[in-house]
Amino acid sequence: VFKRFVEIGRVAFISFGPHAGKLVAIVDVIDQNRALVDGPCSGVRRQAMPFKCMQLTDFVLKFPHSARQKCVRLAWEKENINEKWSATRWAKKIEAREKKAKMTDFDRYKVMKAKKMRNRIIKHEMKKLQKMSSKKGKKPEKPEKAQKPEKAQKPEKAQKPEKAQKAQKAQK
Amino acid sequence: MAGEKAAGEKKPGEKAAGKKKTGEKKPPEQKASQKEVGEKKKKIKKHHASRNPVLARGIGRYSRSAMYARKALYKRKYTAPETKIEKKKKEKPRATITKPVGGDKNGGSRVVKIRKMPRYYPTEDVPRKLLSHGKKPFCQHKRRLRASITPGTVLILLTGRHRGKRVVFLKQLATGLLLVTGPLVINRVPLRRAHQKFVIATSTKVDISGVKIPKHLTDAYFKKKRLRKPKHQEGEIFDTEKEKYEITEQRKSDQKAVDSQILARIKKVPQLRGYLRSTFCLSNGVYPHKLVF
Repeated sequence: VFKRFVEIGRVAFISFGPHAGKLVAIVDVIDQNRALVDGPCSGVRRQAMPFKCMQLTDFVLKFPHSARQKCVRLAWEKENINEKWSATRWAKKIEAREKKAKMTDFDRYKVMKAKKMRNRIIKHEMKKLQKMSSKKGKKPEKPEKAQKPEKAQKPEKAQKPEKAQKAQKAQK
Repeated sequence: MAGEKAAGEKKPGEKAAGKKKTGEKKPPEQKASQKEVGEKKKKIKKHHASRNPVLARGIGRYSRSAMYARKALYKRKYTAPETKIEKKKKEKPRATITKPVGGDKNGGSRVVKIRKMPRYYPTEDVPRKLLSHGKKPFCQHKRRLRASITPGTVLILLTGRHRGKRVVFLKQLATGLLLVTGPLVINRVPLRRAHQKFVIATSTKVDISGVKIPKHLTDAYFKKKRLRKPKHQEGEIFDTEKEKYEITEQRKSDQKAVDSQILARIKKVPQLRGYLRSTFCLSNGVYPHKLVF
């Protein structure tokens, strides 16, 4: 049922408070509500932090309980947590949300145009398929074709500015 | 009296003596000229003793008018030398002007006073107003411009017949209004004035660095013209007033001159033309306080 546990070395994401948005490693448990926490590579000083503001990630580091900051840092850098984190979907979603909030009026217009064009292409292909299926009855070729045009469009859009990627993410 | 006579004798005697002196010293020229000047100065300096003998302290023998005669002031009227300013000031402003008058058998012209007498005097005098401080007329007000609005910024108009349209900002005019253009071919907004308060400034900027805006585009150029000459009271509402606004040729040429420069810059930025053509609107889930413009 539960997959991520509070343990020594668990990397957690701070969701609110003064250090919102940063990653920390749990160094020790103080009591039922608080943990001793340290984020040497993310700019969080060693401190007590309530569990409520932490959200557990999939990463676990290996160091003994109450290890000093140097050890935590070594373990962090060995596992390369920062890069692994930015590769997760979680981090990408956060980044996309930030970008969307920073969009200017002009950017919104560009995204709208990109979305419109993409949807038009998809619809066009769909209509083509529907026509074929209505004309010739059911044929095995169709499911392949349905996948092909969608995949063809997605790498095209990847070349467009990041805004199109945002649009894709918004649609997803 | 004796004293007075003696005094009287003194002056002519001295004058004669002075004259004699100058007469004597003519041959030695330099010295004479200097001494002549000196004599003249001395002559002026020599004041006559009082011609009004004292009867008692503070009381003279002769009255003011008698003294006037005795001192021969009727002969001695001095005026200060006319300064250059006074010479210039001599030009008096015109008091009347002749104006032509129409109609026949009217004499053709009338002489009209330029500054006329007041046509109304209030029964009570107007009370003296208290001193006020720092109340300036509109033309002297300080004009401010938001930091987000710079030449070339794309603005969103919020009021007026062009509401929702995105428009390029050119410059701020003397009254503080913003001079703005569509450009016309893109969104049908001509060279127009917009009010700073009723405009959203986006962060999108067009590079207008080299664009030359004609100098005659001022507030007077854009001001609405209204006919105000109700000559005859026709039974109906006048038709002579400008109901229909006509676009003058000058406006068209100015529009072309400015727009041609700006369009070139707009074409350089991809998708900007389409952006200016579109209008701004809010939809579900879109909150202006959360939008970054």
